[in-house]
Amino acid sequence: MTQISRDDVQHLAQLSSLHLSDAELDSLQADLSNILQYVQQLSELDTAGVTPTYQVTDLENVWRDDQVIDSQVTREQLLELAPEVANNQVKVPKVLQ
Amino acid sequence: MSRIETIVTDIKSGKKTARQYVEEALAKAAENESYHALLSLTKERALERADDIDARVKKGEELGVLAGVPFVAKDNFLAYGAPTTAASKMLENFNAPLQATAIEKLELEGAICIGKANLDAFAHGGSTENSAFGPTKNAYDQTKVAGGSSGGSAVVTALDVVPFALGTDTGGSIRQPASFNGVIGVKPTYGTVSRYGVVAMASSTDTIGCFTKEAADAELVMRVMSGRDVRDMTTLPDFFVPEEVKPGQKIGLLKECMTDDVDESVRRHVNEYADKLRAAGHTVEEVSLPMVEHALAMYYIIVPAEVSSNLARYDGVRYGHRAEGAKTLAELYGQTRDEGFITENKRRIMIGSYVLSSGFFDAYYQQAQKARTLLVNEYDKLFQQYDVLISPTVPTPAFGLGENTADPVKMYLADVMTVGPSLAGLPAISVPAGMTEAGLPIGVQLMGPRKSDAALLALARSQEAN
Repeated sequence: MTQISRDDVQHLAQLSSLHLSDAELDSLQADLSNILQYVQQLSELDTAGVTPTYQVTDLENVWRDDQVIDSQVTREQLLELAPEVANNQVKVPKVLQ
Repeated sequence: MSRIETIVTDIKSGKKTARQYVEEALAKAAENESYHALLSLTKERALERADDIDARVKKGEELGVLAGVPFVAKDNFLAYGAPTTAASKMLENFNAPLQATAIEKLELEGAICIGKANLDAFAHGGSTENSAFGPTKNAYDQTKVAGGSSGGSAVVTALDVVPFALGTDTGGSIRQPASFNGVIGVKPTYGTVSRYGVVAMASSTDTIGCFTKEAADAELVMRVMSGRDVRDMTTLPDFFVPEEVKPGQKIGLLKECMTDDVDESVRRHVNEYADKLRAAGHTVEEVSLPMVEHALAMYYIIVPAEVSSNLARYDGVRYGHRAEGAKTLAELYGQTRDEGFITENKRRIMIGSYVLSSGFFDAYYQQAQKARTLLVNEYDKLFQQYDVLISPTVPTPAFGLGENTADPVKMYLADVMTVGPSLAGLPAISVPAGMTEAGLPIGVQLMGPRKSDAALLALARSQEAN
């Protein structure tokens, strides 16, 4: 059975850029263990020599001409969507302290 | 004539105006507010578009095949006239600067979007209870769930607010609510309809389809939406052309989906549907697809992996919600995502991070993708002998609101019969197959080989009269 420790959950939250409350960490620890226990059944299947399926319609390297397609969306419209803008650019807090 | 054909004929002949039809749909939406099927109305834009169509009728101009037909889009389709929220706090105030290709194509033929339907946030769920703005109620019983994730779209179709509604189906999100609300739900072959401008969930199984009350209307809508789009490189060259039903089809009834675990009245109605197919000259026999029993486990590895990747973009930087007071960029990401996502979103993102992490990648993700190959091979083999496979759409009728919310695995089990076709990219539709004694609808699922969408709908259409 897959046991997920509290540290594992904390680590996963960090990998996923999720800042979680203690209560949520607790409930997710139980949920993740149950879900992983359920999907564990696949380990019983013999898949030796089987090629994985990542894509189901046999598409491979679909090309198009390297030409600009007019998206009909302006720079101003996109900047309007940003929570904070300064000097025509999207503003974020400091990356390094 | 079907519902949609009647509307278009009325409008083109001047018997009724597009404005009248749109106003009726808006009134119907208001009457049925207690179901909480809609998150917003696009009233102003809808009436403008209706007046434009009416003006063109007067001028005698040529109009599209959906001229003046009102419809509803699930609120994960980018559309003008209202925010596109994906039923999340993350996108609560997001006003799309462009429209989804599917909506553009429908508008080009004259269809009119009147509102945006409720869903599980980011389409994560099977009951619409995961909406950040409250659940949608079942069209037949307000104490039951609508199903999901396209619950709102199914309910507005069932209540005759509009003749068709759009949904997305990644593992059953169109078929399951269609079954719970007694309407037709179409999940096409993977790659049939462009997903450009639709909030992505799991890119290897996401599809776009529709809800209708008649198969003929679904054929019309799918015909318009299908086709290649350079903005979604997974789209296939257009293959969807409505056709006549092929007589004497060989149909397989999936044995693994008819066990004692399945609700008795569901089994009974699926068997009755099989009898009607036989009476119409088709043969139906039990077939086995053993790998279907593992499909849900594959699904809940592969899909969260893709979800964790697709939802990485919601970081509070370029659009959507941004947390207040974060001092560093890392804090901004973490707090924004904590506030913008509901628990089910977080659950799936974290499962995804887990199965993709270096120590577990081979055991989980890779193993699931190999098992997927075994599943695909089993389907392909059956389709060498059978034209169509059938099963229940869901093992039960609609469950009670709140009944499964505490247990994610139990909630996931509602998808057990719909995830197989999703993982294999097959077309699958849910068709109404009667009611339980308590008055809840039951659906039967018809599945075919890739690109047999039109044949499935033709079969469904031929059975409507029986």
